Amino acid sequence: MFSRAYKTVVTVPPLAWVAVFLLVPYALMFCYSFWSVSSLQIIVHTWNLDNYKELLEKPVYWETLLRSMWIASRVMLFSLLLGYPLAYFLSFYAGRRKDLLYQMVIIPLWVSYLVRAYAWKTILGSDGVLNTLLQYVHLTSHPLNFLLYSPFAVVLTLTHIYTPFTFLPIYAALEHIPRNLVEASHDLGASPAQTFWKVIFPLSIPGVLAGATFAFVLSLGDFLAPLLLGGPSGIMISNIVVSLFGAAYNWPLGAAISLCMLVLVVSLLFVSERLEKKWSFS
Amino acid sequence: MTTTTSLSPEISGQNSRTALLSIRNVAKTFGQHQVLRDISLEIAEGEFLTILGESGSGKTTLLRIIAGFESATSGELWIGSERLDRQPPYRRAVNTVFQSYALFPHLTVEDNVAYGLRVAGRPDDEVKQRVAAALDKVKMAAHAKKKPAKVSGGQQQRVALARALVNRPKLLLLDEPLSALDANLRRQMQVELKSLQREVGIAFVFVTHDQEEAMVMSDRIALLRSGELEQVASPREIYNRPATSYVAQFIGHTNLLKGEVTDGVARCGALAWKAGVPDGTALFSVRPEQVRVCGATQMAGAVHVRGRVIQQAFHGATELIRVECEGGLVLVVRTASSSVPRAEVDLEFAPADAVRVRESPERV
Repeated sequence: MFSRAYKTVVTVPPLAWVAVFLLVPYALMFCYSFWSVSSLQIIVHTWNLDNYKELLEKPVYWETLLRSMWIASRVMLFSLLLGYPLAYFLSFYAGRRKDLLYQMVIIPLWVSYLVRAYAWKTILGSDGVLNTLLQYVHLTSHPLNFLLYSPFAVVLTLTHIYTPFTFLPIYAALEHIPRNLVEASHDLGASPAQTFWKVIFPLSIPGVLAGATFAFVLSLGDFLAPLLLGGPSGIMISNIVVSLFGAAYNWPLGAAISLCMLVLVVSLLFVSERLEKKWSFS
Repeated sequence: MTTTTSLSPEISGQNSRTALLSIRNVAKTFGQHQVLRDISLEIAEGEFLTILGESGSGKTTLLRIIAGFESATSGELWIGSERLDRQPPYRRAVNTVFQSYALFPHLTVEDNVAYGLRVAGRPDDEVKQRVAAALDKVKMAAHAKKKPAKVSGGQQQRVALARALVNRPKLLLLDEPLSALDANLRRQMQVELKSLQREVGIAFVFVTHDQEEAMVMSDRIALLRSGELEQVASPREIYNRPATSYVAQFIGHTNLLKGEVTDGVARCGALAWKAGVPDGTALFSVRPEQVRVCGATQMAGAVHVRGRVIQQAFHGATELIRVECEGGLVLVVRTASSSVPRAEVDLEFAPADAVRVRESPERV
């Protein structure tokens, strides 16, 4: 159908792009994770498993990883709790305002991540909007400190940032449910609540899985929110990687952590895709 | 299904039937567009009623109002002494077979059929037994564990039927359920559906645009045109005694003759016959099969005309010929097929077969 030359022209650039900017860096990272750093701060190209041994032996690394997963899980949960009802309302009940509301959900995605993170800083800080308000109405006598520089702040900010990412696939899944299935369910005597749990929700599961995966994976690898709002107790695994590649100058260890995360994330994506397939029926 | 078979319509008789659903003065507007105007219709217990109409006639809207998916702008629906139109669809003892079947894709055939009984909280044993019986009835027992996507269109159709009938509704609504099937399967399903209806004794309201389908299956046909009922009658009556020119043309073929009646004699072109109608202009419908090609023998008292055959269309056992009569009038005539092409023919029809019809007003 298409000429050989045409096929070459359209396939080579993207393949080259993936090779140069994805495969090569991963290969390098893979190699680095088996090298080490000498006392003179020089990377020594001798193959060893020391980095992985260190990851297993020092609790700070897997504790931070677990904490990151715990933060990511909460972000995932809250994004779903916010994103699902929103998507459901928009898809089924928004009527003529659907497009407008949809745009309003999307617009925050165009605002810089940093701007949104700083916005939360001004809201949650000890002199911030929230504390000032709480003191003004005499709910507290002194600023609440747990609001900023805490895992709470990180979860809140990441939930704000990633809710649209859970909203979108759920909304798409809900939009794809033929409305006559809902009518059929009512026709057969199912109340709106029964219809939701027996028809609408099961058919939206692929969207929920995709949204949950987005929120979890993106939050797990996030380093800006913990950096800006997390404080010492809100440190996540990526912050450690950043410092290992930066100030600490231990690229091999950083590469080893990154590789572990990569394996974790890819397995998650794999499982989530399998589950999504299992719940797709069209 | 374990429903006790009620008396078949033949035994119970037309007169003893009581009205099950009455539709009273129902109208529906969407914005500026009036979809249904002043529809009043009664559906009897155990009746097979077809709502027949072209696309855009409002037939599906009427069905959706009965099911509860749309609400009427005005008018009422009653089932016995119970007001139906104020109930949400899930409280109506009415079930629907959807045009595209609307089977739940994530549930097996069996679970689809069990859906209504489960949401109603029936005990498991009963659900199991009734579902098995329903699947048996529509010959789908062998496919119980399959997902709907894994069975054919005709089989999905049967599942949709079983899913609705298993709930033993007072009334079953069917929205062009056969339109997605190919012609042969469709004819077969028409017969099956009709005998199934007789067997379960549930009233069916069947929506279709196919007049042949309506004729084959229905006890009564309600012909809808641009949101108004043109005629409600049995297939035979609606065919033999069409009330309006629209009905006469929509159901089967017909010749519409515009006659001038003076002193009880109607004249149309070269034709003249005795018509028992008041003087003035009147419209008559003469079915093509009522016009006879006559040879040497002629019917006494018949209307005679001679004409030239201008078209001959072969339909198997019969053929339709178009005959241009003296005076330019064209008559369509159905005759037994003949191998010889004909040029000139003598035609006749009995005056009683020229049925006076009301002229249907032009409507948008």
